[in-house]
Amino acid sequence: MGSTEHPGAEGVGRRDLIKRSAALGLVAVPAMGLMSACASGGDSGSSDEGDTKGKTSKDNPFGAKKGSKLDVVVFKGGYGDDYAKAWEADFDKKLGITSTHTGTQEITGKLQPRFNAGNPPDVVDDSGAQQIKVDVLYKNGQLLDLAEVLDAPSVDDPAKKVRDTLIPGTLDPGMQEGKVVALNYIYTVWGLWYSGKLFKEKGWQEPKTWDDFLAVCKDAKSQGIGGLAHQGKYPYYINVAIMDLIAKKGGLEAMKAIDNLDPKAFVGSDAAQAAVEAVYEVVEKGYLMPGTNGLTHTESQTRWNQYKAAFITSGSWLENEQLKQTPTDFDMKFLPMPLLSGSKLPFEAIRAGSGEPFIIPAKAGNLPAAKEFMRRMLSKEWSTLFAKQANSLTILKDGVDPGVRLRPGTQSTVEASKAAGDNTFRYLYTEWYSEMGTAIEAASNELMAKRIQPKEWLKRCQAAVDKQAKDPASKKNHRD
Amino acid sequence: MRKGQYRFVAGFLFVPVALYVIFVIWPYIQTFGYSLTNWKGQSQTFDFVGLDNYKTLFQDDVFLKAIWHNILFLIFIPVITILLALFFAFMLNAGGHGRAGGVQGVAGSKLYKIVYFFPQVLSLAILAVLFNAVYRSDGGGLLNGFLIKLGLVDADTPVEWLNEPGMVLWALMLVVVWHGVGFYLVLFSAAMQSIPRDIYEAALIDGAGRNQSFLRITLPLLWDSVQTAWVYLGIVAMDMFVLVSSMTQNMGAYGGGPDHHSDVMSTVMMRNFLYYGKSGYACAMGVVMLLLTLILSVVTLRATRRERIEY
Repeated sequence: MGSTEHPGAEGVGRRDLIKRSAALGLVAVPAMGLMSACASGGDSGSSDEGDTKGKTSKDNPFGAKKGSKLDVVVFKGGYGDDYAKAWEADFDKKLGITSTHTGTQEITGKLQPRFNAGNPPDVVDDSGAQQIKVDVLYKNGQLLDLAEVLDAPSVDDPAKKVRDTLIPGTLDPGMQEGKVVALNYIYTVWGLWYSGKLFKEKGWQEPKTWDDFLAVCKDAKSQGIGGLAHQGKYPYYINVAIMDLIAKKGGLEAMKAIDNLDPKAFVGSDAAQAAVEAVYEVVEKGYLMPGTNGLTHTESQTRWNQYKAAFITSGSWLENEQLKQTPTDFDMKFLPMPLLSGSKLPFEAIRAGSGEPFIIPAKAGNLPAAKEFMRRMLSKEWSTLFAKQANSLTILKDGVDPGVRLRPGTQSTVEASKAAGDNTFRYLYTEWYSEMGTAIEAASNELMAKRIQPKEWLKRCQAAVDKQAKDPASKKNHRD
Repeated sequence: MRKGQYRFVAGFLFVPVALYVIFVIWPYIQTFGYSLTNWKGQSQTFDFVGLDNYKTLFQDDVFLKAIWHNILFLIFIPVITILLALFFAFMLNAGGHGRAGGVQGVAGSKLYKIVYFFPQVLSLAILAVLFNAVYRSDGGGLLNGFLIKLGLVDADTPVEWLNEPGMVLWALMLVVVWHGVGFYLVLFSAAMQSIPRDIYEAALIDGAGRNQSFLRITLPLLWDSVQTAWVYLGIVAMDMFVLVSSMTQNMGAYGGGPDHHSDVMSTVMMRNFLYYGKSGYACAMGVVMLLLTLILSVVTLRATRRERIEY
């Protein structure tokens, strides 16, 4: 190597150049990041009100300014993003504010740099597998306290606050330290689903009791149709059936016993025993759709769409998820979990709750318009638009115009949640204790495959509860 | 070398070494650091807990089971893949009926070589989709559909291949072997072609059959390639994340079912890291995985060390 070395002005210069540029590159990249972070951190907090604030009026309490621009980013998942485009068009028509629309699945990838640089969008649907966790954003001071929007007059009835037009309890999942910082906009109900067409053809009635349910399954089986389908590869779904039966049989007490890690949540709970034995009866009598235990959600839901099963377990995203696979005359219908004898809750009671967090970044460039946009999201008009485009309900009470024709499945959830009234319930252990949830799912998977009996299932679930109760962190969660 | 040269060499090495340190070594060190904390993964607040995570780890039934599954994969995947690949490579290169003392593969060996390589061009994600269709648990699955047509399986009780504790690991193994054999066949073929023909011809003249020429000539001269294959396949067996997480029954997240019968270290780690939010604990699993993989590599290289034959 020595022979090629020519120490001299030129050689040294070249070497130094390489070294220096490399060193410079290494130093400069993070430095630039720091500088831009500092620069944006300094001036962004106060930039909004100036040029985006228009005159406030009764119809425009935040003073959204005509001609200004709104930056909307929407998670484009199971619900698509057509609903948001419809809103934006209406926003432009009514207020003269145009929107830049971004529909994406990569919320984190697209928005994390923008949050860090201090120029976030104005309204974000922060959902999906790549959402930025709401608590993380909150801790970083990135979220606007939505109280202002919720305390503003409702679009439909200015005498009422927006907050009072919502289904009770639906704001709770968006709370951080007592403040609502995320608006969980979509109202989901869970239970069983069936095809109105198939039922009509076979002369089956909507079963209100578990015995009627088993009778339909029996008749279906005799005609070569599976009784119950579930999305076996994801045992989450069969737990919808088991857990709903527990809550309806034993009332809210039985549900809270599980969430509060009661030492008798499963073993020693009559409701839990009756529920799991009821579901096991379906397995033992061969009423499951053949092979359903190993199918993914799309596989089994599509089979059900092909009339290979009478019932399936799911939440109300089902209709939109199966839009392409559902025959036009399928007539999808929601069914609250049928009752076991001696149940404490009525047949109409359903598991229900809100999801899909919408947020307004604290450093949004056009805060007045963003607030106005969210206020309008909670109007009957926009809620109806959503129901039409995304085939799901929103958290607005009676939020769908009765004159509007919804898809049959969505329409049946409207009726079901009206019939349920205040008789709704929702488990929280799945949000609080994912590890315990996993153990229960694993046990249910074994139960459905007949590898364990109901007694063993109860024991395993109780063991999961007891294990969770030993974790000191679980003391923080309690519901009354 | 003169003094300036060190600077010259260092100048060129600085960037790659810096990149390696920043993006490879430093994360390892960080992982180890986090493994001593109760970090929850979503913020930078955590407490130092010493070796608690490691203590818990060795009482965690799911993780211990997962290590055992990795060990099973580690034994069976390389053995089956290498044996099959060797057999096919030998048949394609030297297994044909010799014409007048020549050494050649079976008829059509060129075509076979290409066909066997097909699976290798598929990515793991596509492989998972493909074999999900093969193992599908109702009459729509390839295997079940076939068996039902033959009358071997009742249409009401199809075989749930991936939902059977005794079957799921073998079903996954089959996928890996199917995927890998073609690649190692080509690898071994290339090595075989560099073995001089005269050696085979000499053996033929001495009256050696196929078996003898394989065991006495081919295998010893291929040992380097076999060793390489073993290390690669060992790494595959230690991972298995993609197939397990996208094919097996879901245990909360990342597959692993039924009842954790197909969980491997990587799926348990990811579940703890993201789904349970026990990120510090998951980092301890990562450190254990790193150690096991290192030990494995050293042992494999040591155990397969042979004298190299020059030709």
